[in-house]
Amino acid sequence: MYKYDVYDHQIVDERVAQYRDQVRRRLSDELTEDEFRMLRLQNGLYMQIHAYMLRIAVPYGMLSSAQMRMLAHIARKYDRGYGHFTTRQNIQFNWIKLEETPDILADLASVEMHGIQTSGNCIRNITSDEYAGVAADEIVDPRPYAEILRQWSTFHPEFAYLPRKFKIAINGATEDRAAIAVHDIGLSMLKNKQGEIGFRVLVGGGTARTPIVGSEICDFLPWQHLLTYIESIMRVYNQYGRRDNMYKSRIKILVKAIGIDEFRRQVEADWADIKDGSGVLTIEELNRVAAYFTAPAYEKLPANDPSVATYKAENKAFANWLQRNVKPHKIPGYAAVLLSLKKTGIAPGDATAEQMDAVADLADRFSFGELRVTHKQNLVLADVKQSDLIRLWKEATEHGMASPNIGLLTDVICCPGADFCTLAFARSIPLAKIISERFDNLDFLHDIGDIELNISGCVNACGHNHIGNIGVIGVDKKDGGEWYQVSVGGAQGNNTAIGKIIGPSFNFQQMPEVIDRLLQVYVRERFEEEPFIDTVRRIGMAPFKEYVYATPINTEGDIDKDAYGFIDKPDNYTVQRKSRF
Amino acid sequence: MIIKNKAIVSDDWTILRLSENEMPESITVPAGKVIVPLKVWQAQRAELQSRAELGVWLASDERPEELKGEVEKFNVIAVDFPKFGDGRGYSIAYNLRARLGYVGELRAIGDVLRDQLFYMQRVGFDSFAPRPDKNIHDALKGLTDFSETYQISMDQKLPLFRRVKRDEIATAGSANE
Repeated sequence: MYKYDVYDHQIVDERVAQYRDQVRRRLSDELTEDEFRMLRLQNGLYMQIHAYMLRIAVPYGMLSSAQMRMLAHIARKYDRGYGHFTTRQNIQFNWIKLEETPDILADLASVEMHGIQTSGNCIRNITSDEYAGVAADEIVDPRPYAEILRQWSTFHPEFAYLPRKFKIAINGATEDRAAIAVHDIGLSMLKNKQGEIGFRVLVGGGTARTPIVGSEICDFLPWQHLLTYIESIMRVYNQYGRRDNMYKSRIKILVKAIGIDEFRRQVEADWADIKDGSGVLTIEELNRVAAYFTAPAYEKLPANDPSVATYKAENKAFANWLQRNVKPHKIPGYAAVLLSLKKTGIAPGDATAEQMDAVADLADRFSFGELRVTHKQNLVLADVKQSDLIRLWKEATEHGMASPNIGLLTDVICCPGADFCTLAFARSIPLAKIISERFDNLDFLHDIGDIELNISGCVNACGHNHIGNIGVIGVDKKDGGEWYQVSVGGAQGNNTAIGKIIGPSFNFQQMPEVIDRLLQVYVRERFEEEPFIDTVRRIGMAPFKEYVYATPINTEGDIDKDAYGFIDKPDNYTVQRKSRF
Repeated sequence: MIIKNKAIVSDDWTILRLSENEMPESITVPAGKVIVPLKVWQAQRAELQSRAELGVWLASDERPEELKGEVEKFNVIAVDFPKFGDGRGYSIAYNLRARLGYVGELRAIGDVLRDQLFYMQRVGFDSFAPRPDKNIHDALKGLTDFSETYQISMDQKLPLFRRVKRDEIATAGSANE
């Protein structure tokens, strides 16, 4: 993976010094909170309900074992012993003291990490495919380009105060595993007939209030032009994106307002005089960065390890894990392994300091010391020998990270929700928990098979609800209670689709039953081996809607349960909301 | 006092801002060194262009192309930041320099604060009028927050990867083979 050189170190170290002084000026009131807010946000620091939250960038999801140990250290020293992996492959800590943040960032800098541009109206962390470099369907490894984009976007002077946040995702395989269609810019790597490498560029995709699939602005952008072309997209957006209404300020609104053809015309007009300038990427730089992403020292192994098949036959739990959590690898005898952060009863994406240390050890022993964070909030050991799978499974089980539920109903994608976030209308972690508890039966889950349940606490849709096969979103109602709207038919990947809302919203306690009824319709209607999403596409939303609303849903049950037990909620729970961010 | 060419200097320009009931056509531009709003320049071009010294300023929602072919008429062009979080001024400055070829003094005015000065100087500003309630000596420090940058802008015509020899790992391979 990429290693900082003297320049990368210098830039990040100078950032820590700059931020340390900004915190000093804030604490001495030289900076008002309003002036400081944007500065701290561009270092990943949010003010949440109970404390500050610090979001740390995990560039394109890649982590070394040393970095993971540092995250464990931060969890112990500065937080409450755990962290939360996010849908943008980052990690955030929820119980942070402002005074300590400069020291945290200094600790992070020592392992080549930072919180730069993980929030604020700027270019955010570049996300990518968690199987980059090991996937059999890979066309080009996207990571060198993601790293080049990371450096280019870091402190870009012209684009630090955009109309709104800006998210770029890059995918290099046949199958889209980076949700590129719902990003401000989605890059898809491909080769043309001459074998030259380039990008298909999508722009203006997104979720939140206006869920929309990105439009193609360029069908083949030669790789050399990556930085200048994105520069022109950014410049058009920076000048013409709306700034009068934060809900209409993302690039998707601009693209929709003027149309993709006019937007493209403006971008190309801006690009005309920079496209062959000094910003053009060089083969030397590409090769320099790509050299950090070459294949590790794989052994020559038989395609299949017999011990795996034998053990699989005698151990049902291992067989389940193998089926759901172990993915094929392009090198014979190797596999990519998903460590589930979705154990029932645990907030999706949460990991304790002990788990982080354990994962770092597993990475060192079984996967060349590297890890990846997935945008579905799990972890990947990408280069595991098949002959190590049994040992790895046993150890992952001990640490609570071997739930055989990858891609199943309980592999919920979930935002932090109203337990932490000032934006949320409703809780999402406890909702994920009661749903997972209701369906905590492996045979049932495996029978239901591939399904994506995505939960967001509000319209900002951090839990990617619009592209969940079942999407749940907390909605704002005047009574201050917790209400959830449900959609079906959303999907990510090559057939990205925005889900359709089935009808009026439900309260917290009704939700497990709602999910159950949706699943009953699926089980009744499905053809053999047909996944949930295909059934929805075939029969449409009507049968689901009809059955869910056919009879009233009981609303008994206690609601004062919290994901961590840190907050005692009154019987009539209303969501606490403070000022934004 | 303003910051100009990385130093604190005295300044005798006056910025003319129109109040709600003043019209660009009818406002009287005082004598002396005045930086007038773009609209005043456009409405009173005939009289104003005979002045020995004149400046013009752009609001964040105005287009620099409006000054196409005219930039050399001004001793100073200013760009207003109504709020420091309004980043349009950065692209306006870039376009004035890169597209309109303006080489004279380019001044940031309005909500101009220390922590944005580094970015502002990169996109082509060479003078800054920090918000009057802020300490200008403190603001000056903002110009030196970073000693190295990755990407091109108006201050740096070569990206880091074309400018310096960066570290390589021993087992360097080729990405596109």
